[in-house]
Amino acid sequence: MTDSKYFTTTKKGEIFELKAELNSDKKEKKKEAVKKVIASMTVGKDVSALFPDVVNCMQTDNLELKKLVYLYLMNYAKSQPDMAIMAVNTFVKDCEDPNPLIRALAVRTMGCIRVDKITEYLCEPLRKCLKDEDPYVRKTAAVCVAKLHDINAQLVEDQGFLDTLKDLISDSNPMVVANAVAALSEIAESHPNSNLLDLNPQTINKLLTALNECTEWGQIFILDCLANYTPRDDRESQSICERVTPRLSHANSAVVLSAVKVLMKFMEMLPKDLDYYGTLLKKLAPPLVTLLSAEPELQYVALRNINLIVQRRYVLGDDLRRMFLYYSLVLGNSRLSPIKVMFTIAWYITVLAELKEYATEVDVDFVRKAVRAIGRCAIKVEQSAERCVSTLLDLIQTKVNYVVQEAIVVIKDIFRKYPNKYESVIGTLCENLDSLDEPEARAAMIWIVGEYAERIDNADELLESFLEGFHDESTQVQLQLLTAIVKLFLKKPTETQELVQQVLSLATQDSDNPDLRDRGYIYWRLLSTDPVAAKEVVLAEKPLISEETDLIEPTLLEELICHIGTLASVYHKPPSAFVEGSRGVQHKRLAGSSVESPDAGSAAGASEAPPAVIPSQGDLLGDLLNLDLTPPTTAGPPPPPSSGMQMGAMDLLGGGLDSLVGLLHNTTLLVSVQVWLPAMKAKGLEISGTFARRAGVIQMEMTLTNKAMSVMTDFAIQFNRNSFGLAPAGPLQVLSPLSPNQSIEVTLPLNTVGPVMKMDPLNNLQVAVKNNIDVFYFSCQYPISMLFVEDGKMERQVFLATWKDIPNDNESQFQIKDCHLNASSSKLQGSNIFTIAKRTVEGQDMLYQSMKLTNGIWLLAELRVQTGNPNYTVSTVLGLFMSWSHNTVVVLVLC
Amino acid sequence: MIGGLFIYNHKGEVLISRVYRDDIGRNAVDAFRVNVIHARQQVRSPVTNIARTSFFHVKRSNIWLAAVTKQNVNAAMVFEFLYKMCDVMTAYFGKISEENIKNNFVLIYELLDEILDFGYPQNSETGALKTFITQQGIKGQTKEEQSQITSQVTGQIGWRREGIKYRRNELFLDVLESVNLLMSPQGQVLSAHVSGRVVMKSYLSGMPECKFGMNDKIVIDKQGKGGASDDPGKSGKQSIAIDDCTFHQCVRLSKFDSERSISFIPPDGEYELMRYRTTKDIILPFRVIPLVREVGRTKLEVKVVIKSNFKPSLLAQKIEVRIPTPLNTSGVQVICMKGKAKYKASENAIVWKIKRMAGMKESQISAEIELLPTNDKKKWARPPISMNFEVPFAPSGLKVRYLKVFESKLNYSDHDVIKWVRYIGRSGIYETRC
Repeated sequence: MTDSKYFTTTKKGEIFELKAELNSDKKEKKKEAVKKVIASMTVGKDVSALFPDVVNCMQTDNLELKKLVYLYLMNYAKSQPDMAIMAVNTFVKDCEDPNPLIRALAVRTMGCIRVDKITEYLCEPLRKCLKDEDPYVRKTAAVCVAKLHDINAQLVEDQGFLDTLKDLISDSNPMVVANAVAALSEIAESHPNSNLLDLNPQTINKLLTALNECTEWGQIFILDCLANYTPRDDRESQSICERVTPRLSHANSAVVLSAVKVLMKFMEMLPKDLDYYGTLLKKLAPPLVTLLSAEPELQYVALRNINLIVQRRYVLGDDLRRMFLYYSLVLGNSRLSPIKVMFTIAWYITVLAELKEYATEVDVDFVRKAVRAIGRCAIKVEQSAERCVSTLLDLIQTKVNYVVQEAIVVIKDIFRKYPNKYESVIGTLCENLDSLDEPEARAAMIWIVGEYAERIDNADELLESFLEGFHDESTQVQLQLLTAIVKLFLKKPTETQELVQQVLSLATQDSDNPDLRDRGYIYWRLLSTDPVAAKEVVLAEKPLISEETDLIEPTLLEELICHIGTLASVYHKPPSAFVEGSRGVQHKRLAGSSVESPDAGSAAGASEAPPAVIPSQGDLLGDLLNLDLTPPTTAGPPPPPSSGMQMGAMDLLGGGLDSLVGLLHNTTLLVSVQVWLPAMKAKGLEISGTFARRAGVIQMEMTLTNKAMSVMTDFAIQFNRNSFGLAPAGPLQVLSPLSPNQSIEVTLPLNTVGPVMKMDPLNNLQVAVKNNIDVFYFSCQYPISMLFVEDGKMERQVFLATWKDIPNDNESQFQIKDCHLNASSSKLQGSNIFTIAKRTVEGQDMLYQSMKLTNGIWLLAELRVQTGNPNYTVSTVLGLFMSWSHNTVVVLVLC
Repeated sequence: MIGGLFIYNHKGEVLISRVYRDDIGRNAVDAFRVNVIHARQQVRSPVTNIARTSFFHVKRSNIWLAAVTKQNVNAAMVFEFLYKMCDVMTAYFGKISEENIKNNFVLIYELLDEILDFGYPQNSETGALKTFITQQGIKGQTKEEQSQITSQVTGQIGWRREGIKYRRNELFLDVLESVNLLMSPQGQVLSAHVSGRVVMKSYLSGMPECKFGMNDKIVIDKQGKGGASDDPGKSGKQSIAIDDCTFHQCVRLSKFDSERSISFIPPDGEYELMRYRTTKDIILPFRVIPLVREVGRTKLEVKVVIKSNFKPSLLAQKIEVRIPTPLNTSGVQVICMKGKAKYKASENAIVWKIKRMAGMKESQISAEIELLPTNDKKKWARPPISMNFEVPFAPSGLKVRYLKVFESKLNYSDHDVIKWVRYIGRSGIYETRC
């Protein structure tokens, strides 16, 4: 036998002893024994074997002993349902006891005994207790209905307890009202569609009266219940708000938060221009700030809720500063300091100055947070990015070590978020290279040097200096350094061969770190097998980063506002995410939700607006500055027309043709010479130009003017990927340096074999021009007719067949007014618009025309000419819808 | 609502476990122990979700109190309840310790049964609870007494029992403030606020109706308009603008909201009547003037002057000035005019203590700090100089104007009540940058 027998015997012995004591005649001994039983129960020992003996002690007038026995019963009745019946009689008897405390105790305990057989016996006593003369018994009975409902909902309905409970809302005693409200709210939650809590102005009035009189807990029940009510009109809404507002001064923060919830919800109903609305908004702020000086646990709850509230309403306005200080002072010292304090857009903009001030504080940790916050601000709110960057530069000028390091880490992210916008600051950053001693800052700086190696003259020297202590660096820095040097090599292969070999051997041969070794080998192989592929991999376009938004999606926010103060508001999740079963699954909405408040709308809109950044400039930049490296594009075989057509088609299929409307509208404008790049934006270089198709060659005709004080040289041009794959067919022919105030006309032949990416509008072209000063970017739009190819004449039969195949909904018709059409087929043909057929029906001239785009897409058109009212219909063979406007026709005809 | 309530000792052994709802099983007790008390990394959030069960916890010394639920409960309410629970236990048996809890576990179960019903907090005012949860049994009660108890527990004035009698009616008001400051080296106030509490100890017979008056700007301005005899300029200066205040549940909030008068029937004994916050026109009891000079790379000269800025007849106490020193300090020589100053190497600070100091005085400390040469390039961050003190006035400028007591049923009047008012202003975070 093992030791276990000792355990059983001792246990048996203990139970046996207790049994004897329980059956003792002496009251004191009995009580002691029950206490021992309860103690064992607490620590988790199974004392259910003593059930009959304990129940025997129930018949006593000693209230303390009775309470202990009841406690035992509540725990074990479920496991011994048959025995539990024994207790029923006592309960029924106790419910008649002259002492209200005993009556209440009985009814309270009864509800906790979850045995079906017993519940039936409890209905009568409960009914009596609900109508008891003593409020203490009534308030206990009210909760008991909720208990019974949890065990057997049908029974409660059948017995009509719900109606009795509803009557209790009108009870004279505020505490009875509060408990009845609590019980009804809970029952109503499991019957989402029932009209249990039939809240009408009369009951609301009763609740509001009870609100002033009941305990703090009762006030919470009532306020939470009020929050579910939907007022009939704004007047009722206002009057409820007026009566709830005093609760904001309650010492109990739960009362305050629940009052805030009611106010936030009912405010939706109020007209925003009402004076009262403003007053109310002002009243909300101070209590919220006060909540932050509560105990740490409540601070936590308060912070989570304030975060929600400020996203919905700009409550805190002037108190912002103080709030911020609170965060630093209060949280700085409490154990909750790591809470990520979250701010909304509006805050960021207002706090920028404040953040800068804080960034020069002495508390290192706090300063770091402030600098990070500035960075987050820049990434989140585009409008503020510029100010943020200049703030960060100011901070770097302070030369305070940790500020500079943190600022560099942050700037790296800003570069990634807004490529080609703020790179002018690189110079400043490089000045601070030596002071960086933290891995994160070093890694960030190395990334910047590698990424913008072409702009930093001494990039190789800088990186070489890092390489000296390669093995002492942290992995983060090593990895970054490896990548940066490879990038540098790909950009400036001639000067940096030695450096790249050095770093590759350091990474692959002298390092124990498998990550580093692997990365080193991959680069090595890439570089040795296919440098072009290596370039594509290493210098690939990076996705834009976006700050993981702390803003809550508006519908969720609305729901959470309805749950202020509750767990949902702490987790920032809807109740259904963490509550099982039917409870709380119903979604609450704000009353005025259909009318989105302007402030919330704009906040959400700003966060969702797509970043207005030219998508692939990073990539473009790489290409542009490596003109000397890559062979001219003509070297590659042009893709077969069919594939070109496929690509184009795919791109266009994405709803792209709709946007042709826009582009066709604009074509007239584009034909004339336009200023594409004003001198203001390009350090003195002005570019104006137009597009043309001459002898089957698309040309970009540009005039470059030097309006700066110094000579410009080294011109180069590159296009971003565009809808039709336009690309320069040769280098930009600016051979002589451009002196100040001199202009030069350049014609750049284009081909359509470049990479394809759908643009918006479709004919948008993003161009980068480089000279000895800098790289400049502009975008322009080319006339679509430029892309009509010479072999766009379709066979009549084919035309007829295709025309028939195009579904009607892919056709669109336009009326062209005030247009004197003197178009002859030959003139149209000059623009590669071919007239296939012509017929006259009822005095109308019908012209059937075909065009083919460079990417192989066919456009078919029918031009119906009435006097002064030509009607032009366009269709495409691919069945794509294309809209045509009268402007286009004019263009087509005139050009 | 709250599904269960557990109390653990520091080892995670359960001392009290009371389950109110069927959805909370015995395993919840262990889940909290394993995931929070014994967690490898300290759990920082006071709310923990373990397997769709939410645990709220607070800690008092080394005792853990945890409330458990599976529903979307009012989180603020749960914490308020846990605090209340601690207050009640303290009122019954003193400090919350493992020993006290074990000795009083029957009482605690009885209390838990009373103040939490099906997870709904019920009346938890000790004043009322003590009338019928006594651990003595309530056998001897007459019917009148019983109904008196129940009406009190459920009544509007749940915090006070009827029939309290004192031979001497007496009340004490303590205005306790903590003044917070952040000042620039040039003496510019960067931020300052006072958080204050009015604590009342009432020993009054019967059910007295009280009215509390202070120099609240809104009230004074209103009165200034009504009574022409008051000098508006003078009263305006003496009144203070309160940013926000909260009150004990005995205060009639609707009356405060409409008339801004603070009227209430006080609980018996000690309680916190109100809390408030002010940010305007704060009287800063001390001004710290720092002067730090770096002499070469290995020496710092520090001179700090403190000036007391209040009536000469008042005395500040427990004054402590903490001057941070760099980490590479090798030795410090201090000379101070008053009090005692010591360099505490373990705290990296010179601590200067003065027992008492009258108003409108000035004192000075100068120190020479010798530094070890380091190759650490990082500059010393110069943390601010902080101060602690206690002064016998309210830095917010709050004045108690009156506390009137009316008890119509018993034959004592407002004049018979002995009233004591005391002001204590303490330093919160009181810092001056150098």
